[in-house]
Amino acid sequence: MGASQTRSEHKYQDLMDKTGFSVEQIKNLHKRFEQLSGNEETISRENLENIPALANNPIRRQIIGAFFDKRNQHQNEVGSFEEIGFEQFLMVMSHFRPPTLKTTEEERETMRKEKLRFLFNMHDTDNDGTITLEEYRKAVEELLSKSGAIGQEGAKAIADAAMLEVASTNVPHMAPDDFYEGITFEHFEQILKGLEMESRMHIRFLDVDTTTMRCGRSTS
Amino acid sequence: MPSRTCSHSPSGFGKSLPEQGLLLLVVLVLLEGSVLPLGAASSPDVSHQDDSHNHKVADHGVNATKKVFPVLDVDYHHIQTPFEISLWVLLASLMKLGFHLIPRLSSIVPESCLLIVVGLLVGGLIKLAGEQVPPVLDSRLFFLCLLPPIILDAGYFLPIRPFMENVGTILMFAVVGTVWNAFFVGGLLYAVCQIQPANPSSLHSIELLHCLLFGSIISAVDPVAVLAVFEEIHINELLHILVFGESLLNDAVTVVLYHLFVEYAGVGTVTVMDGFLGVISFLVVALGGVLVGAIYGILAAFTSRFTSHTRVIEPLFVFVYSYMAYLSAEMFHLSGIMALIACGAVMRPYVEANISHKSHTTIKYFLKMWSSVSETLIFIFLGVATVDGPHSWNWTFVTVTVILCLVARVIGVVGLTYIINKFRIVKLTTKDQFIVAYGGLRGAIAFSLGFLLDQNQFAHRKMFLTAIITVIFFTVFVQGMTIKPLVELLAVKKKQEAKRSINEEIHTQFLDHLLTGIEDICGHYGHHHWKDKLNRFNKKYVKKCLIAGERSKEPQLIAFYHKMEMKQAIELVESGGGVKLPSAVPSTVSMQNIQPKKPPPAKAAERALPQLPKGREEEIRKILRSNLQRTRQRLRSYNRHTLVADPYEDGFSDLLIKKQKMIELEKKIKEMNNYLTVPAAPPDSPTMCRARLASGRDTDFKPAQQQKGNKICPDPQAYSMKPVSDSVPVIQVDLASPQSPDSVNVMDEFRRANQEEDQGLMMKPPQGSSGSNKPGEADTTRDQQRLMRCLSDPGPSADEDEDEPFLP
Repeated sequence: MGASQTRSEHKYQDLMDKTGFSVEQIKNLHKRFEQLSGNEETISRENLENIPALANNPIRRQIIGAFFDKRNQHQNEVGSFEEIGFEQFLMVMSHFRPPTLKTTEEERETMRKEKLRFLFNMHDTDNDGTITLEEYRKAVEELLSKSGAIGQEGAKAIADAAMLEVASTNVPHMAPDDFYEGITFEHFEQILKGLEMESRMHIRFLDVDTTTMRCGRSTS
Repeated sequence: MPSRTCSHSPSGFGKSLPEQGLLLLVVLVLLEGSVLPLGAASSPDVSHQDDSHNHKVADHGVNATKKVFPVLDVDYHHIQTPFEISLWVLLASLMKLGFHLIPRLSSIVPESCLLIVVGLLVGGLIKLAGEQVPPVLDSRLFFLCLLPPIILDAGYFLPIRPFMENVGTILMFAVVGTVWNAFFVGGLLYAVCQIQPANPSSLHSIELLHCLLFGSIISAVDPVAVLAVFEEIHINELLHILVFGESLLNDAVTVVLYHLFVEYAGVGTVTVMDGFLGVISFLVVALGGVLVGAIYGILAAFTSRFTSHTRVIEPLFVFVYSYMAYLSAEMFHLSGIMALIACGAVMRPYVEANISHKSHTTIKYFLKMWSSVSETLIFIFLGVATVDGPHSWNWTFVTVTVILCLVARVIGVVGLTYIINKFRIVKLTTKDQFIVAYGGLRGAIAFSLGFLLDQNQFAHRKMFLTAIITVIFFTVFVQGMTIKPLVELLAVKKKQEAKRSINEEIHTQFLDHLLTGIEDICGHYGHHHWKDKLNRFNKKYVKKCLIAGERSKEPQLIAFYHKMEMKQAIELVESGGGVKLPSAVPSTVSMQNIQPKKPPPAKAAERALPQLPKGREEEIRKILRSNLQRTRQRLRSYNRHTLVADPYEDGFSDLLIKKQKMIELEKKIKEMNNYLTVPAAPPDSPTMCRARLASGRDTDFKPAQQQKGNKICPDPQAYSMKPVSDSVPVIQVDLASPQSPDSVNVMDEFRRANQEEDQGLMMKPPQGSSGSNKPGEADTTRDQQRLMRCLSDPGPSADEDEDEPFLP
């Protein structure tokens, strides 16, 4: 018992360095991980798809996809996992950490880049470094997939307009025969400059253990 | 500083803009000369008496002596009140106008300061003339007339998202902060009054409860002052909403504390029970206000559901319901400000989905106009009331009050931020705290509350009023004027001016869902989860009840897209309807550049095949369909309750939009020609173009036309002409129909306009004919005018499609 305790502490320390979470947060997330995986070592797509609260999320597929995307693990690998362990799970979650008062400007900048890269990867499904019109349309369609027929009709027009906007802000002068291949990461950064991703894209990771409360709610 | 500005501003008018200065002087003299002697003094009474006497005589004169019929009669009293009100409003507006005409002045001194100075001047002039100053900042007038427009404007255009994201912090500042300020200032003030031994007796007699009452009056941050100053410094959204939100929400606290202390100041003792009741009362006042506001807001939204046939009174509902909410809340001594905010914020999303675009613009302009006039008047009246007010200057009291206010604010903000930052994810930095503390301006609400005090019950009313005015002046002048340089100095993040792009909107929505999803995966239900639940509930039930027709099902993103399209169309019209693409940046990028080119350019044979992208086909169809709709709408007759199409307004803009569409169509046809290798008609021959449009199905083109077309688009591949295959006529089915005279006329009109001048569609005589007054030429111009009117006037406004001109 004691040995395993220290082992897990040691492991947590490792994860803390890698992801920046606190021990309590990691413990909480680990509990959730075990709950989702059914006390297995790894988690599969089905596990996530079975979360009842996710059922109504229009971009459920993309969110789950992001968890199994190797690009989000900071290891310069491409492709997707079949199953992910707790470390991978935590790495994906670490994209949603908020900045703190101590975060320096440079750290904020890298944080912003990482978060934007995460979003970019969600759109760039074929990993060619650009979000093509097709991919963007798909993303918007997905986003509007819960709003019925109107959404489907509008999605294409919106994606086209958005693409046009990206093209015209980034490459203002194009000859009629030029072709804008797609949104590169730089352009993506440029267009989302106003959104202040670093302070926007975060969730509250609980520090205290609220398992009992959670169980009560999640079953209902 | 005040006095300097005071002495300089009139000469500044005179120097830089003589006419303007003269005008202002005239207004001042007018005020001086006409309103005050006649209005406030006894003379109007005399004239009135004379007048009624005259009437009596005239009545009797019917059967008695006949008097000469008065050809010209002066009856000032008859119109006195509205006339004076109008004069004040006129003065306020002219002042506002004047400040913005003086270069650089408005960038140095905040408008609110200048307006107070003007008020001081006017008040001084009235005093000099030996007249009684009208009680301008009467509390009834202030709370029932001047305040509501400003608050409604703030509530209706409240940025909901940042407000809700920071609502905890805002409430903390508004409730705890204000209570702290009130007790700190009141308590210490009482202590100081007791300590001071050399003081003349008056301060010793002051009671603790009176001090606390004074503290509660002086501690509330004023929304009017905050708005006036913060609008000019363009600070980032977070800080703006923090300070502004606080100023709005602290109203409930102020109301309760005020009533509580006024109540107990008479009794003299407060028990724990009273304190407890105070807390309960606070909850009732705040939540009750919100509830009343929300009820009226929902009522307004529900009413707007049915206004599609009487668009003209749509804006009225928004105003009247909001005002009713305010009055109803005030009736129960609930927080009227909170009721107004809640009402505006609740009704807005639904009302905006229901009403027409024009009504929306009307609401916007009316609110902005009213609130800016109100604000101007409030500041001017503050100046006037300062000159007029009963003053009792007490150095100790005033200085201590000012210092305590500042200290309390700083301690309050720093202390509360320390607590709040433990819970906030995006922490407030030291700079933020400084701006929040420094932005705590006091204003006319405090003055009005002080003015409301009963002189008999509060012996120190005069001293209170003086101290309140001093604090207001200090915050508005010193803090208001220095906050802008300080913001620059500290490099506080500014507001981004750029309007929201569609990409940002997409990603805002995307992020919402993403974060909700991640929270769900994490298994704890935070902010995003509940927001998502609320959104879903809203979509499922509330929208269906409150929004008419299809728009209730419209997702937010699509609504945004429509709005954006609308805006772009309007910008386009305003910019003259050139060939410029509807985007913020003038660029040459078109749909063509981003469409994946389906036929690879290498294979010439394949490229020649008509591979029309489906999107374009759809667009063309839409454009043509909306052109066709015009014919139907022309037959409507004039109706007083619908907005008549003014050729300069509707017709003109419609025409410009149409013109733009035609240009686009033209371009598209050209582009199509690139693909289809179908020659385009030269741009200066409408008939040919029309013929080609009309005979769309006929794909046998004459070589002459083909050559012409090739001149325009010298695409080498266009030479390889091919018989058009089956997929093309899909478009041409629609192309065949615009034989209706309307669309053809539009086409002609558009051409002629292009030939004359870009703006030549307006109903003015062509610029070539200089002496258009001569009858002969007038005839021809009239002919042209009539033609133009006939072309440009589509009859009464087309309400059905004015919301969505692009999606029929």
